[in-house]
Amino acid sequence: MNELVVALAIGVLTGSGVWLLLRPRTFQVVIGLSLLSYAVNLFIVAMGNLRVDAAPIVQAGAGADPAAFADPLPQALVLTAIVISFAMTALLLVVLLVARGLAGTDHVDGREPEA
Amino acid sequence: MSFWQAHLVVLPVVLPLAAGALMLLFDEGRYALKAAISVAATLALVAAAIALARLADAGAVHVYRLGDWPAPFGIVLVADRLSAVLVLLASALGFAALVFSLARWSRAGPRFHALFQFLLMGVNGAFLTGDLFNLFVFFEVFLAASYGLALYGSGAARVRAGLHYIAVNLTASLLFLIGASLLYGITGTLNMADLAVRVPAVAAGDRMLLEAGAAILGIAFLVKAGMWPLGFWLPGTYAAASAPAAAVFAILTKVGVYAVLRVSLLVFGAEAGASAGFGGDWLVLGGMLTLAFGVICMLAAQELSRLAAFSLLVSSGTLLAAIGTGGVAVTGAALYYLVVSTLGVGAFFLLIELVERGRAPGANVLAVTAEAFGLGDADGEIPAEEVVGIAIPAAVGVLGVTFACCALLLAGLPPLPGFIAKFALLAALLDPDPISAAAWSLLVLLTVSGLAATIATARAGVRIFWASPERSVPRVAVIEMAPVVLLLALCAGLTVQAGPAMRYLQDTAQSLHAPRGYIEGVLAR
Repeated sequence: MNELVVALAIGVLTGSGVWLLLRPRTFQVVIGLSLLSYAVNLFIVAMGNLRVDAAPIVQAGAGADPAAFADPLPQALVLTAIVISFAMTALLLVVLLVARGLAGTDHVDGREPEA
Repeated sequence: MSFWQAHLVVLPVVLPLAAGALMLLFDEGRYALKAAISVAATLALVAAAIALARLADAGAVHVYRLGDWPAPFGIVLVADRLSAVLVLLASALGFAALVFSLARWSRAGPRFHALFQFLLMGVNGAFLTGDLFNLFVFFEVFLAASYGLALYGSGAARVRAGLHYIAVNLTASLLFLIGASLLYGITGTLNMADLAVRVPAVAAGDRMLLEAGAAILGIAFLVKAGMWPLGFWLPGTYAAASAPAAAVFAILTKVGVYAVLRVSLLVFGAEAGASAGFGGDWLVLGGMLTLAFGVICMLAAQELSRLAAFSLLVSSGTLLAAIGTGGVAVTGAALYYLVVSTLGVGAFFLLIELVERGRAPGANVLAVTAEAFGLGDADGEIPAEEVVGIAIPAAVGVLGVTFACCALLLAGLPPLPGFIAKFALLAALLDPDPISAAAWSLLVLLTVSGLAATIATARAGVRIFWASPERSVPRVAVIEMAPVVLLLALCAGLTVQAGPAMRYLQDTAQSLHAPRGYIEGVLAR
């Protein structure tokens, strides 16, 4: 059940993200990239096997049976990926505003297509 | 082992990071101080890279454990011959571009030097790291700096190209994450040496997922390398970027090529069991398509900067096809080609800016269009009185000679090392007894690409340097000419010392194709 929910969430986020990424307005592209990065973050967590109620840190005296713990590495990776994609989205937003100011349009090519 | 020797491997990452961070502390008014720090750091980087290349030539793999955690658990930096050569190439190119920028560009906007140092840090880190996720982080570091440099100087064209560049590369980074995490999910490791150990043992049922992960990762690398059809972002961005930024960007495509080379030979080399040689055919096909696309576009290019950008695609395509073909001799020759073509294109990007200064905007478009319609110079325009001779200004003379050198390099004609690189590549392709159809087509394409590059650059050169004398002579500072000459002198040095250089790179190829030494070096406790 858990797997299905996560898989559906990743699928929906990726699908919407790709669709928005291919749209002609810069803001749609930014939102699409954000949705895609959420999907990728979930995907990374899922790659470390989904577990409910399992700590990622081995406690002293609790034994070292890896089956009882969640994989800590994907969580560390996700943290890094979140920080990086957040910073890049912020940068892209600035570029978007500059492009809007210089070109006078929010089309990704910097000019409106001829009707 | 002395302190410096023990920490030499991490120096190419720490040095630019420290210099870049230091420069953030000073405000923009301290221009001379910043330039001095930047030049000193880059010079020290070149020295460290030379020391590293000599150290790596002893044959052993030098592993630097960050935090002293042993390899599969901690992150390691690994310096073998390939990494050392590429770090040296990046720092030499970086130094030339930096000196060039001192004349004008570094004052065109804020934080040029800091961005430049962070770019070098990311590139060096990507070459040195032995960990897949760390590779992603260094990719992001140099990409973030390159976004800044691509937009450097502002202007509508740069911002438009930069927007596309950022969007495409962010998407590629997401693909990188998907590929890396898939590989982690299947094998349980991100260390490249450990991956190479575990990939042969992957269960048959998981192999498809593993290969899907590797393919997605490969696409992320190939976007960086500019393979057709993933490289349409490249010409626009590079042509719009300021000259020193574009010159140093020549190494960025090579980071993608490096990642493909490293992962395909280490993880999917001959010992990878059922996955051995995974993706090789695609690389050959994609490389040849890129090569053909680049050649056609070079012929059609109307602006010099686009011509240079497309010659970068030609070089990427040649390298990818050669890597896909495989074989020690081919890889060795391809590495020589990599070094030479990067230096050549870097010099070309710098030179273009100098040449373009004296030209009226739009002159390029007119030149090619006039040729296409057979207009040319009308006879009536020739002045009636006989002109005995025109004194060529010294600046134009130097520019013309260096332009000719760049053209020879790009086209692969003697005496510059572009010829040696191409000759070695062709000789290596012709070596196996039944020559495969793919090798034949690559051979033909390589020869044709040389001809096309000659035509394209000669046409551009004739239009620029044999033009009417009334046009203004570009004002060129010595400090701008020196880096171009330096890069070309390095190329000339590679011709004179072709024997030792080729020996080094063949040894590199040898150890890449027999990765046991690398794996054992990294995983040794």
